[in-house]
Amino acid sequence: MAELLAVRGLRVDFATDRGPAQVLDAINLDIAAGEVVGLVGESGCGKTTLARAILGILPEGAARIRGGEVRFRGTDLLTQDPAIVNERVRGRAITFIPQDPFSSFSPLFPVGTQIMDLMKWKSPRAREQARPAALFGRYPRGRHRADHEAVLEALRAVQIPEPARAMRRLPHEFSGGQRQRLMIAMALLPQPDLIIADEPTTALDVTIQAQILRLLRALVKERGVSVLFTTHDLGTAHELCDRVVVMYAGQEMEAAPTDAFFGRPAHPYTRRLLESVPGPDGLIRDIPGEVPSLVTPPGGCRFHPRCDHATAECRVERPAPRELAEGHRVRCHHPVDAPAGAGA
Amino acid sequence: MSAPAAPLLELVDLARHFTVRSPFGRRVGWLRAVDGVSLQVRPGETLGLVGESGCGKSTLGKTVMGIYPPTAGEIRFAGREIGRLPRRARRTVARDLQYVYQDPGASLDPRWKIGPLLHEPLRIHTALTRAERDREVRAILAAVGLPDAHLDLYPHELSGGQQRRVGLARILTLRPRLVILDEPTSGLDVSVQASVLKLFRSLQETFALTYVFISHDLSVVRAMCAGIAVMYLGKIVECGPTARVFEAPRHPYTQSLLAAVPRIGGRRVTWDFALEGEPPNPRDIPSGCRFRTRCPLAQARCAAEEPPLRPLDGRTVACHFA
Repeated sequence: MAELLAVRGLRVDFATDRGPAQVLDAINLDIAAGEVVGLVGESGCGKTTLARAILGILPEGAARIRGGEVRFRGTDLLTQDPAIVNERVRGRAITFIPQDPFSSFSPLFPVGTQIMDLMKWKSPRAREQARPAALFGRYPRGRHRADHEAVLEALRAVQIPEPARAMRRLPHEFSGGQRQRLMIAMALLPQPDLIIADEPTTALDVTIQAQILRLLRALVKERGVSVLFTTHDLGTAHELCDRVVVMYAGQEMEAAPTDAFFGRPAHPYTRRLLESVPGPDGLIRDIPGEVPSLVTPPGGCRFHPRCDHATAECRVERPAPRELAEGHRVRCHHPVDAPAGAGA
Repeated sequence: MSAPAAPLLELVDLARHFTVRSPFGRRVGWLRAVDGVSLQVRPGETLGLVGESGCGKSTLGKTVMGIYPPTAGEIRFAGREIGRLPRRARRTVARDLQYVYQDPGASLDPRWKIGPLLHEPLRIHTALTRAERDREVRAILAAVGLPDAHLDLYPHELSGGQQRRVGLARILTLRPRLVILDEPTSGLDVSVQASVLKLFRSLQETFALTYVFISHDLSVVRAMCAGIAVMYLGKIVECGPTARVFEAPRHPYTQSLLAAVPRIGGRRVTWDFALEGEPPNPRDIPSGCRFRTRCPLAQARCAAEEPPLRPLDGRTVACHFA
C-alpha cells in the first residue's frame, strides 16, 4: 500500500519545573493509504502528544521539537511553511475527532452554524476559489449552497435524524453519542486523507460505543480514508484497526497487523499489557512497578526496569526495529516467540 | 450450597425520585432515578451493579449511604432499618458503611499531611487515644502497601496510584463492614486497573469486607463479583450469579449489553451488534417494560404490562418473553 504518513525519529520535549520531560523519544510510525492504525498505550505514554505533533498543534512555548520528521504525502510538515500547512493540511487533508464531544462545541450557537463556519474555511470546494477566505470575507452564495447540501448529506451518513432540523438545534439538545456522530461528520466533511481520532469512544457507554465504532469503520472504509486511532482500550483497538502500534513511556515498542498483535505479541510489554486485561477466568495480573518519570527516563529501552527479560544490553542501548514477519516490527533485544497467553 | 448467611444489606422496593422543576420553581414532573429496587448482599460477597450511564446505579449507592433520603422502600443493614433513622442515630451506622468515589485520591485535602488525614476519621468516630490511633493508622497503611515514611508527606508528593491507596486507607481506618465502590476503575489503564483490583481483593480478605461494585465495565465485574445486578432506567432487569448471567444472559437488555463489549481475539461485535438507539430520558419513562422501545422482542403486551422480576434458570429476570 502507498505510504501516506511516515513519522521518523520524532523527539519532543516538554518544559516542566523539574527540567525538560522527554515525552517522545525517537518515535517511528507509518500509516498507509486507507489503513486504520490503532495507537495504544497507557496514559502518559505520549499518544496524544504524537497525535498533536502530526497535526502541528503542540502547545507553543511548552513543547519543543528536538528532531525527526513528519512526512505527509512525501513532504515534511515540520519544515514546511506554516501558512501552507494551515491552509492545505490541517483541518483539510488531516482532520481530528476529539475525545470529549461535550466540550468541543460552543454551547451558544446552533450546531449548523458551527459546522458551516468550519465549511467556510475547510470545505473541499474552497480550493477552487481564487482568493483564500478572509475573516470578514463573504461566503460565496453558490459554494454556501453546495456546502450546505454536503453537510446535510454528511449528517444523514452519520444517522442523525432530521438533519435539516438538527442543524438549527443547540449542542445541549444532543446526547453524547449524537454529538460524537456530529464530530465524525465534521471530520469527514473536508474530505481528508487522514483522520486522527483521539480516544473518540471513551466517554460513551458500551452499547453506544459499539454503534459509533461500527459507523466509523463503515464510513472510513467506504471513503478510503486513513485513520490514526489512539486508545487505551485494547478491545476497541481490536474491533476497529487493521494494524496496532503500542507505545510505552514515549517509545514505540511494537507494530503489527491486528491479528498478529493480539495473537502473537513479541514484545514483553505488549504481552504484559494484554495479560492485564481481566479475562473470564477471574485472574488478575498486573505489571509490577510504575511508569517511569519522563524527566529522568531510564536509559536504553524504557521498559527495562519492569521487564523480566532485561539484560545489561537493554539498560544501555535502545533496540533497533527488527522485522519478525511482514509488517510485524518489534523493538526488543529479547523478543518472545510464542502465541499469546503462553506466558511471557 | 449450605444455608445462606443472613444478608448484610437488604433493599426492599427502594425508590428515590427527584422533582423536576420549571424555571419558576413549579414542580413539573418526577425523575424516577431508582424505582422499586430489591436486592440482597451477603457478608463477604461482592455484588456488581451494572448499567449504562443514567440508569440510576450511582443514585442507588448514594441512597444506601444516606446521601439522599429514600422516597419509598426500606434499607436494612445487618437486619436494622436505616433509611429513616434520625441524624444522630444514622451517624453510628455511617462508620460501618463507606463509599469510594471514582478517584479516592482526589478527595484528600492538599494542605493536610497523610498522618493527620488518616487520624481524622478515628478522631471523629472513636474514643481511641493518640497512641492507639497511631498504631491503627500504621497497620492500615501497611495493609494498602505504603511505607510508614509517607505519614509525613503531603498528598502532592505522592504519585497518583499512591494517593489512591491513601484514599482507600482513609476509608478503611474505621473498619467498615460494607464498602460501596462507585466506578473505581473507570478511566484507568488496564495495567493500573489490574493493580487496583488486586488491592481491592486483598483488602477484602484482610478486613472481611463486603463490596457493592458499581461499574459499567462488564469484564471487570465478571472478574470481581460473585453476583451481578443489571439496571435499566431505575429498575433491575436481571440479577443472579455472575457466571450464570454471563454464560447465558436471559433478558434482552443483558444480552445486548454483553454483546457490545469488544472482546480481544473473538468475533468483532461491530459486525453483528444489533441494539439501536439510546436509553430514553428518565424523566419520561415508557409505559410497561422500560426496555421495550429498544427491545427486539417487544410486543403489545410489553407496552401494557410491566414485567415483574421472576425466578428463571437460577437468577431473576424481568421480561415477559425471556
